[in-house]
Amino acid sequence: MAEQDAFVRHEMLAPEAPPARETGATKWLRENLFNGWVNSALTVIAGYIVVSFILEIVPWFSNSAWNANSLAECREIAEGACFAVIRERWQQFLFGFYPSDQYWRPVLAFLLLIPALAPVLFEKVPRQTFYFTAAFPFIAYWLIWGLSIWYPVTAALGFVIGAYAANYASKQVSGVLSAGIGVLVAIIWWAVLAAPVGTLLNMILPIGLSSVESREIGGFTLTLILGVTCISLSLPIGILLALGRMSDLFIIKVICTGFIELIRGVPLITLLFVASVLLAYFLPPGNTFDLIMRVVIMVTAFASAYIAEVIRGGLAALPKGQYEAADALGLDYPQAMRLIILPQALKISIPGIVNVFIGLFKDTTLVSVISMFDPLGIVTPIRADADWNGIIWELYGFVALVFFVFCYGMSQYSQYLERKLQTGHR
Amino acid sequence: MTAIAEETNGGFRLSQLIYDTRYRSLTIQAVALMAFMLFIGWLVSNAVTNLEALGKDFDFSFLSQPAGYDINQRLIEYDSQSTHGRAAMVGILNTLLVAVLGCITCTIIGVVAGVLRLSNNWLVARIMSIYVEAFRNVPVLIWILIVMAVFIDTMPPPRAFRGDEPDATMLFGAIAVTNRGVYVPSLVWGPGSGVVLVALAASIVGMFLFARYAKKKQEATGETMPVFWINLAILFVPAFLVYLIAGRPIGMEYPALQGFNFQGGVHLRNSLIALWIALSLYTGAFVAENVRAGILSVSKGQSEASAALGLQPSTTMRLVILPQALRVIVPPMISNYLNLTKNSSLAIAVGYMDATGTLAGITLNQTGREMESILLLMAFYLTASLTISAFGNWYNASVKLKER
Repeated sequence: MAEQDAFVRHEMLAPEAPPARETGATKWLRENLFNGWVNSALTVIAGYIVVSFILEIVPWFSNSAWNANSLAECREIAEGACFAVIRERWQQFLFGFYPSDQYWRPVLAFLLLIPALAPVLFEKVPRQTFYFTAAFPFIAYWLIWGLSIWYPVTAALGFVIGAYAANYASKQVSGVLSAGIGVLVAIIWWAVLAAPVGTLLNMILPIGLSSVESREIGGFTLTLILGVTCISLSLPIGILLALGRMSDLFIIKVICTGFIELIRGVPLITLLFVASVLLAYFLPPGNTFDLIMRVVIMVTAFASAYIAEVIRGGLAALPKGQYEAADALGLDYPQAMRLIILPQALKISIPGIVNVFIGLFKDTTLVSVISMFDPLGIVTPIRADADWNGIIWELYGFVALVFFVFCYGMSQYSQYLERKLQTGHR
Repeated sequence: MTAIAEETNGGFRLSQLIYDTRYRSLTIQAVALMAFMLFIGWLVSNAVTNLEALGKDFDFSFLSQPAGYDINQRLIEYDSQSTHGRAAMVGILNTLLVAVLGCITCTIIGVVAGVLRLSNNWLVARIMSIYVEAFRNVPVLIWILIVMAVFIDTMPPPRAFRGDEPDATMLFGAIAVTNRGVYVPSLVWGPGSGVVLVALAASIVGMFLFARYAKKKQEATGETMPVFWINLAILFVPAFLVYLIAGRPIGMEYPALQGFNFQGGVHLRNSLIALWIALSLYTGAFVAENVRAGILSVSKGQSEASAALGLQPSTTMRLVILPQALRVIVPPMISNYLNLTKNSSLAIAVGYMDATGTLAGITLNQTGREMESILLLMAFYLTASLTISAFGNWYNASVKLKER
């Protein structure tokens, strides 16, 4: 073989870097923002909106005034936001007109809410803490409304006595009857014995806090009271209503369906009117039912109807085989529901249930219409005040932000729960 | 075996009511019915006693008494001498007005936002996510109050439109946005305008006939016609020609500044505008989520299959994707419309006189008839809700997957 002119390369060429337009930020921009003229136009328009919005909002925040006594003073200090109004009124936003030397009570109740909620929300928390969760409503009631500690204690005792009575009766008679006996004993305790026993105990050992009227409670304290109470009451009632509506028992089905459709057909505001002006007519003469209590009753009825519909969807979505399998195992109705049907149906309905909860939490603002002092009820008099007349975004934006944090948190938690409860089928 | 023997010779025992599954359901129902009746009876007897104690009766005759208050936003004739019943009717029409307006705009906003949220344009998709989350997680009442406050506090007063170099100008020379509300031009129906309307109605009938003809022709011969453009021509050309021939009978009346305020045109109050905008934006966020879920629910194979059949993208959307997406979109859409209608009762917070504002607002306060007013109000909302959901169920049944 003679020498050849042709060039033969003996080692591989190093790979070329990809073209600049196919890598990094350029590629991302080309693919996500400027592919095609429609998208480019959209990007330019959207970019313009975003930039002008930022140019509006940044100076508004950076030139804000925090120390002033009126809007006019704010404007003298700085051009931007006037957060002085929140600095001046934050106590009303948090507590309404709660006596200012007693602020520790709602704060303590709120702090106790966290350990009370923990076992409900997260599986890893020790199960024993459920006892504290069960006791929390009574503690919180006593902390917020005050009076003698013995009244909430005797009310709680009703549940304990009822449970013991049912437990004792179940050894003698069947399940349905013993449950009925338990309920009856508890009702007798509450109706006849609870109040005298509470008064007696209070005479022996007076422990109490100064009483706070319902109309003094407001702000986000009121929002949380209504939200937490109604959410925790409406879930069990909603489950019962859904089971009733899906039940084979005709009369129970008709009653539940009628209730659900009636409640879902009217706006919450009419139910709040019922709570504020009408409910007193339907209760025994001479009653002095607390306004917050009446609102809680109506809002709970409202939310439980919606939850019932969500859970009914979950019950209907279960394959019929699950019901049949439960029957084949010889489980009776309560067992089948508790062990087989409800765990699956509730899992399917989680997103819907949380949506109802979010809606309920947002709807607590409606109580401002029946002149209760929830955060929006606090804003209106401030805006009518000559000192702060003309402020919009600082006040409403603040309230909206707090609601956003709570509601967004709830929706994130529901997504976490959905991921956690996902069992295979991937 | 033993069970059967027991039944035959034991006869009926009382304990069977609880322990025998055949009778237990009857027992439970009977107890439930009795408890329910007792509960209702207890409520009614309480109400009767309480009303008697206050010296009130239960009677709807207040509806025919003069109301004595004014309603500034109204669709039918009403003055302060009209009856409470008439006032309630005005309120009901106002509720329906804002509900219909809101349903239309929230659908438009929601569909646009839902589609754009799926756009592969990163920036636009993010902006739409922010819109949806911001509106879904903040109470609608706050949005209503914010829009109301923005209109009252930041829009120019009517006098800003005055002078040779005014501080504010009218949009397109026809729409004035002021802190007292929005003034838009109104239509003036001259003599002969009926003819134009008849021509327009005839054109609409013609459109349907032509669409049927085109479809038949396509099925028979396979030829397709530009139905959309021809129909557009059928809709507008004859009506416009008639309009010209009849001597332009339909005119516009523009709002004009007179004295301290605008005169002429239609005056939309701030309360209506605020309620409309806030409800549309709020419900639009929920609609956007439904639309997004609906489009995502159609599997990718469907669009690929129709592309493989040689259908154009627009035809794919119209004939393949949308009909399937609609099945998922329609049921929650109906409940969104229902929610919007029910949320319109928040009008009372901005002073828009809807059914709640008249019946459960001023009428209730003036006559002191809580029970009657609120029952009437609930009956109205219940009727409206059931009507909308009946209509929705009918539509839902018509687009439902026909399983065989």
